[in-house]
Amino acid sequence: MFLELRGLRSGYRQGTVLHGVDLALDRGQTLALLGRNGVGKSTLVMTVMGLVRATGGTMQLGGADLTGRRPHEIARAGAALVPQGRRIWPTLTVQDHLELTARAAGKNKGAPGRWTRDALFELLPGLAGRRRHLAGLLSGGEQQMLAIARALVTDPALILMDEPSEGLAPLVVDQIGGVIRELAAGGVAILLVEQDLHLAFDVAQEIAVMAKGVIVHRCATDAFRRDPATAGRLLGVEA
Amino acid sequence: MSAALSCAGLRREFGAVRAVDGVDLSLPAGARHALIGPNGAGKSTLFRLLAGGLRPSAGRIALDGADVTRLSEARRARLGIGQTFQHSSLFLSMTAGENVALAAERAQGRPWWPLPRAHAARRERVGQLLGEVGLDGRVDAAVMALSHGERRQLEIAVALATRPRVLLLDEPAAGLSPAESARLADLVRRLPDEVSLLFVEHDLDLVFRLATRVTVMHLGAVLMSGSPEEVRGSPEVQAAYLGSGRRQDLFLAPASEPASEEE
Amino acid sequence: MSVALPRLSGRAAERAALVAVLALLAAAPLFLTPYATSTVTRIMVFALLAASLDLLVGFTGLPSLGHGAYFGAGAYAAGWCAVHVTASGPVALAVAIAAGAVVAAIAGCVAVRARGVFFLMLTLAIGEVVQQLAESWHDVTGGSNGLYGIPAARLGGFSLIDVGARHWFVLAGFAVGAAAVRCIAASPLGDTLRGIRDNEARMRALGYRVYHYKLAAFIISGAVAGLAGGLLAAHQRLVTPPDVGLGTSILALLAVTIGGEGSLWGPCVGAALVVVITDALGSSLGGHGPLVLGLLFVVVVFALPGGLARAVAARRRAAS
Repeated sequence: MFLELRGLRSGYRQGTVLHGVDLALDRGQTLALLGRNGVGKSTLVMTVMGLVRATGGTMQLGGADLTGRRPHEIARAGAALVPQGRRIWPTLTVQDHLELTARAAGKNKGAPGRWTRDALFELLPGLAGRRRHLAGLLSGGEQQMLAIARALVTDPALILMDEPSEGLAPLVVDQIGGVIRELAAGGVAILLVEQDLHLAFDVAQEIAVMAKGVIVHRCATDAFRRDPATAGRLLGVEA
Repeated sequence: MSAALSCAGLRREFGAVRAVDGVDLSLPAGARHALIGPNGAGKSTLFRLLAGGLRPSAGRIALDGADVTRLSEARRARLGIGQTFQHSSLFLSMTAGENVALAAERAQGRPWWPLPRAHAARRERVGQLLGEVGLDGRVDAAVMALSHGERRQLEIAVALATRPRVLLLDEPAAGLSPAESARLADLVRRLPDEVSLLFVEHDLDLVFRLATRVTVMHLGAVLMSGSPEEVRGSPEVQAAYLGSGRRQDLFLAPASEPASEEE
Repeated sequence: MSVALPRLSGRAAERAALVAVLALLAAAPLFLTPYATSTVTRIMVFALLAASLDLLVGFTGLPSLGHGAYFGAGAYAAGWCAVHVTASGPVALAVAIAAGAVVAAIAGCVAVRARGVFFLMLTLAIGEVVQQLAESWHDVTGGSNGLYGIPAARLGGFSLIDVGARHWFVLAGFAVGAAAVRCIAASPLGDTLRGIRDNEARMRALGYRVYHYKLAAFIISGAVAGLAGGLLAAHQRLVTPPDVGLGTSILALLAVTIGGEGSLWGPCVGAALVVVITDALGSSLGGHGPLVLGLLFVVVVFALPGGLARAVAARRRAAS
């Protein structure tokens, strides 16, 4: 397993949010993480990335114990984040985003990773014509594509995505779904936090549901869709 | 009978960009009208023009037939336009009840009264409004302590407290989980019949569940306006916004036999 | 032998504390030296000024660097009235309130339409203008020499000459002024002002005439500051340009910030600190009073954001 979490705990000054998360994810797997607001989905993603300090449990990435390490070490170990709300840098151009990230990851000189400039623009054609545009002037969908491209520059083995569909047109969400499927086909592990069940069911082979800081359910997407009663109970929706 | 809210030839530029390019819209009393479209289509700008936070470069806006194009946002609010915002816009240092009370006081009270006043009657109305949006018993809860979904519900309570005739909701379901969206849908269904509702949304399930009429905006202009079915089936709308349009059912019948592969 | 004090909750505790403070203030002339009593008197004057500023800063969210202008206007008006018209205490105070309100109204009309830094600069400029006026309008204000020779205030046939009498006169004025501010803070008007502070755009979207309310806050705040100025004139029997100027404005803002904006009682405590450090301890600190005050301000900003009042409230919440 590329990513292994055992009893992971973390939280903020106001209190603990993750109460012992167990999770394993391998290359080529796409797992959708569902749950109500406030259960800790975003906190889990931030903790894996090292942006929130773990207070207990262990985290292994690619066999190495990276519990409590800083974000840049975790990024070097092969994880990348597409954060909630995109978090692109409005005053930098698309080109700047990619160069800046590449430089920071040490990927400018020598052998580039799998994701060369051309490969990225082929995956995300909407960005190709916008190279010199300021990121702040891009549409929501283009910004989301840029956030994904930025994450790919480091050639990660694990991609964490936090609500990529938020605020986006259905057409764009479909496109993102396509991008995610292509990434998964290339062997990347993807942990996707989502509220949009359509997107989640579309791209993920497995579903995990979080409640009160722990994972309470995990199964294949197909099985989940065939069990509306359980889904209704866990997510509070009427199926 | 004139529409509750209408606009004609509405235009607004930002420098060289035509954010809203000649939009006509008519909202009858009791409308349940959704405004959809890609980001950058001009939906938020249109909302701001209708509510009065932004002046149009051209065009007219009428409330119950009376021209309100030149009136300020506050004046239009006093005439009966209520709104919620895409990014939560509440009074963060106060409780849920105080938030609603501020709105109610402006509409039915004397917000300029300089002496302390007994709050009994007002507290009752506030409690009632909070109950209507599903926040019973949270009158004294600090806004900072409310979850995202609860804050969205509170926003609507605040907007309703002014007893508006027209309600503009800007992405009310943004960031809500499916369960919270369902609760929001119930809330919207329970709105008084006289209130005319215009809402922007990306959550299509919500749109097609709640709206009796849908207007699609694209590049600042109205691409199409019609019933939800018409809009859903339109090829232009699909190409510009909806994508494949036909989305698979979320849940399938429970398997009675071991998995038969189906895609 | 210890005395067990009954534990009082919230409201009752507040009221008890208030009564205790007022009693202490009233008793001051009875067992303090005249100089110490005078200091306490000055604390009350400054506390009222700080409370009036808090109405603007803490409640409406309008940080003003020119509050000395309304304070000074009230002081000069009361002094002038006492010298040229009548020495009646209450009349002089009424004139002071009116003067503060009028100057604030004019300043408000100009400043309230501005935002952020521009607003701050405008209030600063207005304060400077009023101070300049005080310095140059020799005939009325006495110029840089100040308005001196103000006769003792008369109240019900008595001339308030000695320290104790003046102290109680100021205490009465302070009590009335503070009660008025407290009243407004707890009223629907106070709620409206807090709404404006929290989210002005939302208030507009709800239909509030925000400009009018901000102007009202200015005028009320100016009126109370004017009252404080009138009390200063009655106590000191002398008004000088520095009373009107930036120095006073800044000290008032410091008092509000250190004490805790929005709490009303915090700024009063802050005012006491400011007066004690700059005035009473001035000599023993080798004239470095302002430096100490500055350091205190920095400490409060870093360690106690929200001032003393917020720290006390947090402590109380943690204990409950």
